[in-house]
Amino acid sequence: MSSDMSNSSHKPDDGSEPKNGPPSNQPKFWNDPKKRSLLFQVILLAALGFVFYTIIDNTLTNLEQRGITTGFDFLTREAGFGIAMSLIDYTEASSYGMTFIVGLLNTILIAVMGIIAATILGFILGVARLSDNWLIAKFSALYIEVFRNIPLLLQIFFWYYAVLRTLPHPRQSIEFFGSFINNRGFIFPAPVPEDGFGVVLFGLLAAIIVSWLIARWANKRQELTGQQFPVYLTALGLIVGVPLLLFLLSGMPLGLDHPELKGFNFKGGITVIPELIALWLALSIYTAAFIAETVRAGILAVSHGQTEAATALGMSKAKTLRFIVIPQALRVVIPPLTSQYLNLTKNSSLATAIGYPDLVNVFAGTTLNQTGQAIEVIAMTMAVYLTLSLLTSLFMNWYNARIQLSER
Amino acid sequence: MKYELQPALPPPSSMIGVVGWLRKHLFNGPINSIATIVVGYFLISLLVPTVQWIFIDSDWVGDSRDACTSGGACWVFIANRLDQFLYGFYPEAEHWRVQLAFIILIGSIIWLVLPQTPKKGLVAALLLVVYPIIAFFLLYGNAFGLVQVETHLWGGLSLTLVLAVVGIVASLPLGIVLALGRQSEMPIVRSVCVTFIEIWRGVPLITVLFMASVMLPLFFPEGMSFDKLLRALIGITLFQSAYMAEVIRGGLQAIPRGQYEAADALGLGYWQKMILIIMPQALKLMIPGIVNTFIALFKDTSLVLIIGLFDVLAIGQAANQDPKWIGYSTESYLFVALLFWVFCFSMSRYSQHLEKKLHTGHGNRA
Repeated sequence: MSSDMSNSSHKPDDGSEPKNGPPSNQPKFWNDPKKRSLLFQVILLAALGFVFYTIIDNTLTNLEQRGITTGFDFLTREAGFGIAMSLIDYTEASSYGMTFIVGLLNTILIAVMGIIAATILGFILGVARLSDNWLIAKFSALYIEVFRNIPLLLQIFFWYYAVLRTLPHPRQSIEFFGSFINNRGFIFPAPVPEDGFGVVLFGLLAAIIVSWLIARWANKRQELTGQQFPVYLTALGLIVGVPLLLFLLSGMPLGLDHPELKGFNFKGGITVIPELIALWLALSIYTAAFIAETVRAGILAVSHGQTEAATALGMSKAKTLRFIVIPQALRVVIPPLTSQYLNLTKNSSLATAIGYPDLVNVFAGTTLNQTGQAIEVIAMTMAVYLTLSLLTSLFMNWYNARIQLSER
Repeated sequence: MKYELQPALPPPSSMIGVVGWLRKHLFNGPINSIATIVVGYFLISLLVPTVQWIFIDSDWVGDSRDACTSGGACWVFIANRLDQFLYGFYPEAEHWRVQLAFIILIGSIIWLVLPQTPKKGLVAALLLVVYPIIAFFLLYGNAFGLVQVETHLWGGLSLTLVLAVVGIVASLPLGIVLALGRQSEMPIVRSVCVTFIEIWRGVPLITVLFMASVMLPLFFPEGMSFDKLLRALIGITLFQSAYMAEVIRGGLQAIPRGQYEAADALGLGYWQKMILIIMPQALKLMIPGIVNTFIALFKDTSLVLIIGLFDVLAIGQAANQDPKWIGYSTESYLFVALLFWVFCFSMSRYSQHLEKKLHTGHGNRA
C-alpha cells in the first residue's frame, strides 16, 4: 500500500438536483449530499479546533504550573553533558542545539551502515532462497524465518549484552593485524595521510570522472553501432589501478596511528564503540531477512516466459540474469525496498535501549530530561523522522512514475 | 500377429532414490557441489555445538545456580523464573484469572480458525465487543468480588499479549474510520485523515511511546492522571490505527469498481453500500493483512520496556541483572526469542494459508 490512490475507487451520486424539476421537489437540506458533506466538514473542523484548543490550553496551564519555560531558546544554552561518540567536535560546553546535530549525525551514520549491510546480505539471501541447491535454499529460508519473527529489540540486546559485553577486558583483548577487540569495542589503526596523499585522492577522482566519460561514450557507441565495450572492467582497472600506482610512485604517503594499551584502555587508533557494533549487527541481520523476501518476490514476479525467451535466444544464464531478470525484478523490488530502508532508519531509534547516542537517545533522552521541554524536543525529533519518510515517499512516487513509462 | 509394447525400463539407479535426489538437489554441477560442501560444513560446525549446548550438555532441574555444572545451557534459571516470565509480578493466588482470560481468548480464536465451526460472525462480534470487558474485569478486578490488581504488577508474556490484543482490537474501528475518511469525497475529511495516517506512519514507535509517557499528562487538565499502562496503550493504539487504516484501504481498493457502481445503481446510500456490499467482501481480503500487522505489533510491544513497563523481554532483562544468576543472559534471551518466535511464526503461517485460500476471489487485483 504505497502511494496515494485515494479517489480512484468510487464516485457516489453527485447530488445534483434534476434541473427542470418543480421547486417542490427540492430535497431537504439534510438529504442534499452537497450541503450535508459541507455540514459534516464544518462539524469536523469545529471539533478538531476544540480538541486542539483544549490541549494547548491545558498544556500551557500545566507548563506554567510546573515552571517549565517554552520556546526554542534552550537550543543555544550550554548542554553540560558528554556524548560517548560524536562525528563532529563536541564538548560538554557545546549547546543543546549541538546535541541535536550530534544525535542526528549518529542516526544517519547507523542508518547508512545498516542499509548497506542489509542490502548486500538481503540480496544474497533472497537469491539463495531461490537456488536449485536444496541445502542453500533451505538455509536461506531458515535464516529468514528465524530472524524475521524475533523482535528487533531482543536481537539488539542479545548482541550487546550476551555477545559484545562478555568479550574480554582491554588487557586481554583479542588481537589481529594490529586491531583489537574487547568489551570496549573494536579498535583499529587510524590512517594518517602524509604529504603527497592529495595526489592519490586526485588520481582517484580523475579515474572516476574518466570512467564515467568512457561509460557514456561506450553507451552511445553501442546504441549507434551495436559494438560493445568492456566498461566495467575498464572502470575497475582505472579506479583501482590509478590511485594504487600513484600511491606507490609517491612513496606510500600514508602513516598508521597504531592503538596502544595505556593503563586500562587503548590510546590512539579509531575505536568503534560496542553499542554501534551491536546495533549495526542487529539492524542489518533483521532487515536483511525482510529484504530477502522482497528480492525473492521481485524475482518470482518476472514471468517465466521471459527467462525461457532469453534461453531461446541463446543467452547464457549470467546474461539472462543481468539483462532480463534483474532489470524487470528491480521494478517490483525497489518500492518495498525503500520502505524497508525507511523502517531500518526508524528502527535505529531503538539505539536508546543500549545507549548508542542517536537522536532519540541524546536529544529526546538526555536533553529532554535536562531541559524538561518535552513538547519542543519531541516535536523536533518527530519532525526529523517525518521529513525522512516524506522525502522517501516523494522519491518513491517519482520512481514509480518513471518506471511506469517504460512499462509495456 | 500381435504387437505388444515392451514395459518401460526402470530409470537408472543414479536418478532415483536417495542418490538421485542428492544428485538432483545437491550435486548437480561442480559449483553446486562445492557450495553444498562449504555450506554443509559451515552448518554442521555451527549447529552441532549449539544443539549440544542447548540440549545435551544442559541442566534442567534444580533450584539454584549450583545445579548448573555441565557447562551447557542453564535452563534451571528459566525454570525458576517461569512464573515471572508468564505473569510478571501478578499475585500468585490470582494467576487463575490470567489463565482464564487467555483460555477464553484462545478458545474463541480456535473457534474462528477452524473451518467447520458454525456462527463465526457471532463469536467474532462477541470477541471484539464483549470479551474486552470480561478480560478487563478479570485482570484488573475491583469488582464482582475479585481483588484489585494494580497494572504495575502486570508483566511478562501476559502483559505482552494484553498490549498486542488491545492494540489491535482498539485500532480496528479507528482504522476503519480513517480508511473510509481517506477515500472520502470531502476534501477536509480526506486531508485530516491523510495527515493523521502519514504522521503516525512516519515516526518510530519509540517516539510515540515517549510522547505518550511524557507529553500526554501535559495535555489533560491538572489532577487527571493516567496509569502508565493506559498511556502506553493510547500511544500504541493511535500508532497502530494508522497502519490498520492502510491495510483496510488495501482491502477496499481490491474490491472491483463494479461493486461500488452496482450498489449505487441499486440506490443504496453510503453506509448501506459500505456495510452491506463493500465491507463484507473487503474484510475477507483484509484478514491476512491484519494478521501481518498483528505480528508486527506483537514484536513491537517489546519496546514498552523503554518506558518502564515489564513485558516479557523486560522481565528477561531484569532477570539477567539478578546477582544470583549473573552470566546466563543467553539462556533468557533464547527463551524469550523462542516465545516470540512461536507466536509470530505460527501467525505468519496462518496468514500465508489464508492468502492462498482467499486468492480465489476477485481475479482483477491489478
